[in-house]
Amino acid sequence: MHTELTDTEIIKRILQGDQAIFATLVQRYQQYVFTLVLRFTDSREDAEEVSQDVFVKAYRSLADFRGDAKFSTWLYTVVRTSCITFLRKKRLDTTSIDNERTALQLENRESGFNANTIEQKSRHAMVNQAIRLLSPDDSQLITLFYKGEQSLEEIGKIMRLEPNTVKVKLHRARNRLREKLEKHFSHELKDLS
Amino acid sequence: MSSKIYLNFHYTTMNTQQPMEDRLWNYIDGGCSPAEKSAIETLIATNREWQEKYRELLNIHQLLNASELEAPSMRFTKNVMEEISRYQIAPATRSYINKNVIRGIGAFFLTMILGLLAFVFSQIKWSSGSQSSKSIKLPSVNDIGLGQLNKIDYSKTFNSTWVIGFMLILVVMSWMLLDMYLQQKKRGTTNP
Repeated sequence: MHTELTDTEIIKRILQGDQAIFATLVQRYQQYVFTLVLRFTDSREDAEEVSQDVFVKAYRSLADFRGDAKFSTWLYTVVRTSCITFLRKKRLDTTSIDNERTALQLENRESGFNANTIEQKSRHAMVNQAIRLLSPDDSQLITLFYKGEQSLEEIGKIMRLEPNTVKVKLHRARNRLREKLEKHFSHELKDLS
Repeated sequence: MSSKIYLNFHYTTMNTQQPMEDRLWNYIDGGCSPAEKSAIETLIATNREWQEKYRELLNIHQLLNASELEAPSMRFTKNVMEEISRYQIAPATRSYINKNVIRGIGAFFLTMILGLLAFVFSQIKWSSGSQSSKSIKLPSVNDIGLGQLNKIDYSKTFNSTWVIGFMLILVVMSWMLLDMYLQQKKRGTTNP
């Protein structure tokens, strides 16, 4: 029933006291938020916990949403800060997302990864597995561009980067994804082409 | 004319130096100019290497477009709604950060600095106009009174007109700040 309402209309109603309608926003963005959080965390359990926290924080600070950017863009800033807080709590050095420790984490992820262990050998599972092998920055960028429907300018605003820098980073991220796909899914890629 | 030719040549050289993959990604994303677009289309049609790379990158692009988002557990929405039922929406940050208060504080410090500068300059014994710029006498520590802090004649200083004026400005500004603070406090008690 509420699905036809725009994000801004829903937010307006929440601010007027209709708390129940927040469920529409949660349903609309839960996969987007969960996917983005999953790019930061290792387990689905952690991702679910952080995603829940993201929606609670978003609800509490909803009055700060001015509507000059898309709700998904604003929500991503909450995702990013929540993920960084979560990683800090886990005593990870998060001064840079692409730091050595994250690289080590990725190496472990990669060494423990075996293409044969994928339960569902579909395109979807293959792409998601390959994305998870990338650094959080690369995987977030790809997710924001392809699934978050964010333009280069919007991503630039979120990440405080110039659109051209975002473009270059996106090109590099996709090239790295191609390398991962070639390394782990060469057979599947041949079948697809 | 020659500069235009040079620029065109420079642009073409730059384009050929730019990595093939970057140019192809730009083409796939639809971010290149019409001239660049037709140049890449020609390269794809005529050059086998470009053709293969284009197919490879397009395949990745289509895979990414077709990929799906990850889904949380079925109870996710219910969990969030249960959690938020314990909270209230916090007031907007802009509602409790009053720009006038910040401006008032800024004006207060600016007046202080200007007053101090005026005081320092008023203590300088400027040399007469007939002397050249070389002979301008800079104030010594003793001139501005810092060397004889315990010998300062306060009655003399506070009697001067400009100091009284400065003090008046400070008093008025303090009243204004106090008034703003009290008004805000009053608004806070009437609107919970």
